[in-house]
Amino acid sequence: MIHASHLIRSASLLGKGTADVLVRDGVIAAVGQDLGGAAIDGATVIDAAGLVALPGMVDLHTHLREPGREDAETVETGTRAAALGGFTAVHAMANSSPVADTAGVVEQVWQLGRESGWVDVHPVGAVTVGLAGEQLAELGAMADSRARVRVFSDDGICVSDPVMMRRALEYVKAFDGVIAQHAQEPRLTAGAQMNEGKVSAVLGLAGWPAVAEESIIARDVLLAQHVGSRLHVCHVSTAGSVEIIRWAKGRGICVTAEVTPHHLLLTEELVRSWDPVYKVNPPLRADEDVHALRAALADGTIDIVGTDHAPHPSEAKECEWAAAAMGMTGLETALSVVQETMIESGLMTWADFARVTSAAPAAIGRLGDQGRPLEPGEPANIVLVDPAARWNVDPAAMATKGRNSPFAGMELPGRVVATFFRGHPTVLDGRLNTPYLHGAR
Amino acid sequence: MRHLLDTESLGRDNAIAILDTAQEMSAVGEREVKKLPALRGRTVVNLFFEDSTRTRISFEAAAKRLSADVINFSAKGSSVSKGESLKDTAQTLEAMSADAVVIRHWASGAPARLATSGWIDAAVINAGDGTHAHPTQALLDAFTMRTHWARLTGTPSVGGDLAGMRVLIVGDVLHSRVARSNVWLLRTLGARVTLVAPPTLLPVGVEHWPCEVSYDLDATLEAGVDAVMMLRVQAERMKASFFPSAREYARRWGFDDARLARLDALALKDTIVMHPGPMNRGLEISSGAADSPRSTVLDQVRNGVSVRMAALYLLLSGDMRAAPTPALPAFAQPAAKDHP
Repeated sequence: MIHASHLIRSASLLGKGTADVLVRDGVIAAVGQDLGGAAIDGATVIDAAGLVALPGMVDLHTHLREPGREDAETVETGTRAAALGGFTAVHAMANSSPVADTAGVVEQVWQLGRESGWVDVHPVGAVTVGLAGEQLAELGAMADSRARVRVFSDDGICVSDPVMMRRALEYVKAFDGVIAQHAQEPRLTAGAQMNEGKVSAVLGLAGWPAVAEESIIARDVLLAQHVGSRLHVCHVSTAGSVEIIRWAKGRGICVTAEVTPHHLLLTEELVRSWDPVYKVNPPLRADEDVHALRAALADGTIDIVGTDHAPHPSEAKECEWAAAAMGMTGLETALSVVQETMIESGLMTWADFARVTSAAPAAIGRLGDQGRPLEPGEPANIVLVDPAARWNVDPAAMATKGRNSPFAGMELPGRVVATFFRGHPTVLDGRLNTPYLHGAR
Repeated sequence: MRHLLDTESLGRDNAIAILDTAQEMSAVGEREVKKLPALRGRTVVNLFFEDSTRTRISFEAAAKRLSADVINFSAKGSSVSKGESLKDTAQTLEAMSADAVVIRHWASGAPARLATSGWIDAAVINAGDGTHAHPTQALLDAFTMRTHWARLTGTPSVGGDLAGMRVLIVGDVLHSRVARSNVWLLRTLGARVTLVAPPTLLPVGVEHWPCEVSYDLDATLEAGVDAVMMLRVQAERMKASFFPSAREYARRWGFDDARLARLDALALKDTIVMHPGPMNRGLEISSGAADSPRSTVLDQVRNGVSVRMAALYLLLSGDMRAAPTPALPAFAQPAAKDHP
């Protein structure tokens, strides 16, 4: 079969020196100055002058809603959004219906991802049966399934029972898995609606105190140390959590941490609008938390950006605050928000961006063929970004079914021009192209 | 001002305009025919998602005294109990040409959502939302205090404020929309507010509020006070460990007979005792205090109708931004056609 090849001309690799990149047969065939000659005969040339080439982004934290809530999102629509956002791999959280707590469900999601062909879809397995926190799910069966699950999480619900958490951390060592914890002490957050502090005091909304996150993280890093396991902390949202994780890493505890784009940019002040598009779990926090999270991502205390992409149908947000669903979309805005908060601010370079959005999340998920350097012989998972572009966020124009973007109406920098997934352009000229066909290769 | 949603955003001029207008309205309640033609042909909907007979009938009386048509919409036994959304309910009322929606809702922010979502064009009056705000309660409290304060200071109440008045708000501040709305309004009107509560019933973040905070009711009484506002305390809070027992609460934070006597001993002869109702006699307030000459409980109820008439009138007939201190409305004078 004939494989299309592409010559990416004059891209700035990781925002540094410019080079040509030849993509052929799903891999990076060559990287160099002024590639030419017979080697590139027949290749489609893409002028990438002024564009930054980055490894395809890897999201450790999305909600694709399928099976069960196809009105909110499907694997097809969610992965279209991912490709447009510059991703080549996403992890799909387990809180579907039925819950992804068996080999059958994770294989179904994995298969849906294969059939869609926009990105690699890696199902996250539930830690406990039905996310109920009472009995371990068959973690080994999910690990051994065709989906090869390595990340386990009850995300949305905290594994709050310390014995359950200890057992899960211990058990997944058998297949090099990791427990991704949604750190939220349930008793301290019963009925919680927003960050507990000066804004909740005025608005009369039940508070979600920082200590409810920090106390679980403190407990979990100590458990991880005690049993010698790998812990990942989802969506870290407070300055205090950063301090605890920094302390744990200083002691050599094997913990990684994640921050969402929205926690890097938005604060609780937005809740004063009463618009539930700003309702999310963990909640938007205070200005000092936002700055601590940015600093932590820049200095490596926080390892990765995960979107926590959480699409909801419009009726779940067109209601009073307390009745609204928690969550925000994020796949199609992540790159721009991280550019705005971390690169435009001078805190990070594009090489750092590649680390926190690609290499590090791929390493946590144990994905061998994602998050790789842009070097010959590596899988051709590449995103081309126009860092000088600016655009206005319009949720109605997005590929995700969710219209619940908290960035709606904002002008943000950076535009994804092209995404190569396994050497195939899923996005060209900023628009969806065609999916990668797994069976054809 | 198109809506009345909270007191935090209510400027001094608008607040005083409402109080002054309410003062004119109060004269209507003393007439033989307690009715004005001001809102004839206008429709006011009382949209109550939470039981509150007292507030609903107060708004109903206010709207009827202004000759408005009143529709009462209670969440119980309505489409709301069948799962209809706030949006659909609101748009249904809009389709019936409601000019004003008076909303009571269990969810903080529901009135603001109604006012700013674009679902309806009607004026929205917050009749109490969750633990957020209850602006007409705060206005009627301020009206009651202003009348008292003007008499004490020998100044006219119209156009006046509460400058220098010392006010205690005592009880479950954490769950109280009344306390929140009073703190902002009383600050705007120049009063000095002290919150007194068990630490468990004060919100984290209260240190940012424009008031003092104390845990000691006796000490704050000793320091001198012109009005003591007791908040309703739900005995169920005890089960969630906000305080150990109803008796301990009453001893430490209740306005009991001993504290009533203490006001006399301190020569605080003009200090008033307020309560938004309904009262838990014997818990946050003793019967002796509730029925004493210091009690303004029934004045507050009476003033509630006047303040709600003022709010409805100004939102539906006036433009408070354009005319922050309107001339006294002519209709408030005895009108021949309304007299027998």
